Amino acid sequence: MGALTLIVLLPLLGFLLNGLLGSRLGRTFVNVVGCGLPLVAFIVAALAVRDLAAAGYPTVIETVYTWAAFGDRSFEIAFLLDRLSAVMVLIVTGVGTLIHVYSTGYMKGDPGYARYFAYLNLFLFFMLLLVLGRSLLVLFVGWEGVGLASYLLIGFWFSDPEKSAAGKKAFITNRVGDAGFLLGMFLLWQALGTLDMDAINAAFGAGPVPGLSAALVGILLFIGATGKSAQIPLHVWLPDAMAGPTPVSALIHAATMVTAGVYLVARLSGVYLVAPEASAVVATIGVLTAFFAATIAVVQTDIKKVLAYSTVSQLGFMFLALGVGAYGAAVFHLYTHAFFKACLFLGAGSVIHALGGEQDIRRMGGLARRIPVTFATFAVSTAAIAGLPPLAGFFSKDEILWYALASESGGSVLLFGLAAFTALLTAFYMFRLLWRVFMGASRMSHEVEHHVHESPPSMAGVLVVLAVLSAVGGFFSIPHFLEPLLPLPAIVPAMEHFHVPLLVLSVALGLSGLALAAWLYAGDASRAAQLEARFAGLHRLLTGKYYVDELYEAVLGRPLEWLSRRVFLGLGDRRLLDGTLHGLAGLARRAAGGFARIQTGSLQAYLLLGLAGLVLLLTWSLRNG
Amino acid sequence: MADPQFLLAAAAVLFALGLLGVIVRRNALVMLMSMELMLNGVNLSLVTFASQAGSAEAAVLVFLVFVVAAAEIAIAIPIVLALARRRGTLDAGSWTELKG
Repeated sequence: MGALTLIVLLPLLGFLLNGLLGSRLGRTFVNVVGCGLPLVAFIVAALAVRDLAAAGYPTVIETVYTWAAFGDRSFEIAFLLDRLSAVMVLIVTGVGTLIHVYSTGYMKGDPGYARYFAYLNLFLFFMLLLVLGRSLLVLFVGWEGVGLASYLLIGFWFSDPEKSAAGKKAFITNRVGDAGFLLGMFLLWQALGTLDMDAINAAFGAGPVPGLSAALVGILLFIGATGKSAQIPLHVWLPDAMAGPTPVSALIHAATMVTAGVYLVARLSGVYLVAPEASAVVATIGVLTAFFAATIAVVQTDIKKVLAYSTVSQLGFMFLALGVGAYGAAVFHLYTHAFFKACLFLGAGSVIHALGGEQDIRRMGGLARRIPVTFATFAVSTAAIAGLPPLAGFFSKDEILWYALASESGGSVLLFGLAAFTALLTAFYMFRLLWRVFMGASRMSHEVEHHVHESPPSMAGVLVVLAVLSAVGGFFSIPHFLEPLLPLPAIVPAMEHFHVPLLVLSVALGLSGLALAAWLYAGDASRAAQLEARFAGLHRLLTGKYYVDELYEAVLGRPLEWLSRRVFLGLGDRRLLDGTLHGLAGLARRAAGGFARIQTGSLQAYLLLGLAGLVLLLTWSLRNG
Repeated sequence: MADPQFLLAAAAVLFALGLLGVIVRRNALVMLMSMELMLNGVNLSLVTFASQAGSAEAAVLVFLVFVVAAAEIAIAIPIVLALARRRGTLDAGSWTELKG
């Protein structure tokens, strides 16, 4: 068995062991299997990447078996390792392992402990299938699989109807995107006869493909990406997905699964390079999502909801980078985001854990001295996401802003302006969160305050590791590393001398966000309250999340329900189907009732009837004989 | 050898009488006897046709019908007896359990 197959199969083994035996063999077994196998997968992945590096980064392809063959075309289960999937596989297994370890502390004592780890391992299996698959079809299997794992984990506490509804919402919203994804795949298969992504890129790189519009394929696949990566208009599921356990939010809904759309577009960069229209759509949707999600995050009061909207916004940044051709920068931000957002979510989990389940930041405050490790790591990753140097987020966000302004393939002042303003908002809402949770006076009830405690080492240790990675991760320049595979776009010559001013500007944006948050939320946050009262209408609009959920409910949900209830159920099912069957049954029953009247029980009557029949038959045969 | 026409007419009369008996009478034993009458009407017509055609097979068939009739009575009489013992009557109209 090849190394790549092994990486993929190890978490599957963990899923089977924990799923089948975990609840019988106890916590130690679950811990060893649940955390051990992802760790082994990480080590195998690291060794595979080391071998790849030693060989000078060729594209390694490992074919497992032929799934289906028709004529000279075939679907193969094959794994591909190159620079891009190397980055992804290390993020997935590395961050994944850390979050598994964290979960041993966070989920301690939960009755579904073994089930939780089984699902988490299942998620890792599908995610690795997604990032290592060579064919779009294998990627799609992983794509659907992570959707399933996400659904199972969002609704992990399924006895709460609200939580299982959130799981369903995520699953159904993703199906809308998948329809686009599938159509894109059909077009590619029809025109090219292959779904191998290296072959697709090569085919588009060699000139226009007859009978296939790159823009159409690009947009269809991007629709799939908007579902998985929670971009407008399919972003509505991600904030609700926070119903799941917090480590799940960190792993699936921040660090890995939601970045699958970014990975997909980067992996198929060959298509988007020759489709400037599709790229423009990607950039526009990306920057709009980044901006609108950031404005919503400014007013949220649930610690996890702030982070969820922040994730949507940061994913928007990544798509902006993809749309202006800076694929390396997008993957760079994906990579730094995986560290600092995982750290933020796990930190939030640590806060929630410390406060016994409290998630409302209006009832927090002053936690800095009570849980210092959580505070320190949270502060580092907040500074990282805000883009303060020399932390990881600074480098990746700066790259994105730079290419949004100066890229020759789609960069513009408008994109840059909106992105820069969003960066300011990002810094503001993140420092607002930091202030409300950790600074100022305590707003907790006495009972909660009495129980505040620092998290166990399994959780705090992971926080420290992730905080260190958020701090130094930016020094490993992913765009430079990926350049042989994903070349960076050319720079508009007139913009060249703006690079240094832009660096200064992006630091200034981060610092002014910090200053604004500190000023508004200083003391008893009366300035923020005044501001809120002054712009009450705007505040309502933002707390209502632009009423997108309500809009979908009115435009799609209710008409669909009406259609289902009245037309499909009332007319189709009840009238047409049931009506036909009941009608036939009634006819048979009435006819049988009529004939049953003949069956009097009198032998003589039977004979008479038989005789009459005989006479009729004889007469008829004599007449017509 | 009697006139075949007469024999056939007699056979028809026998059959018709038997049928009438089965239809009209309600006593189970009389109904059985009437059925024998019908059977013998058929037998008579069979023998008549056999002698006309000079075929031995048809004559043999008549004996087969006798055997079948004997077997039928051998089964029917015990059934009628069992029914009569149960209800104390031979009236066919008293068994109407299978009425629709």
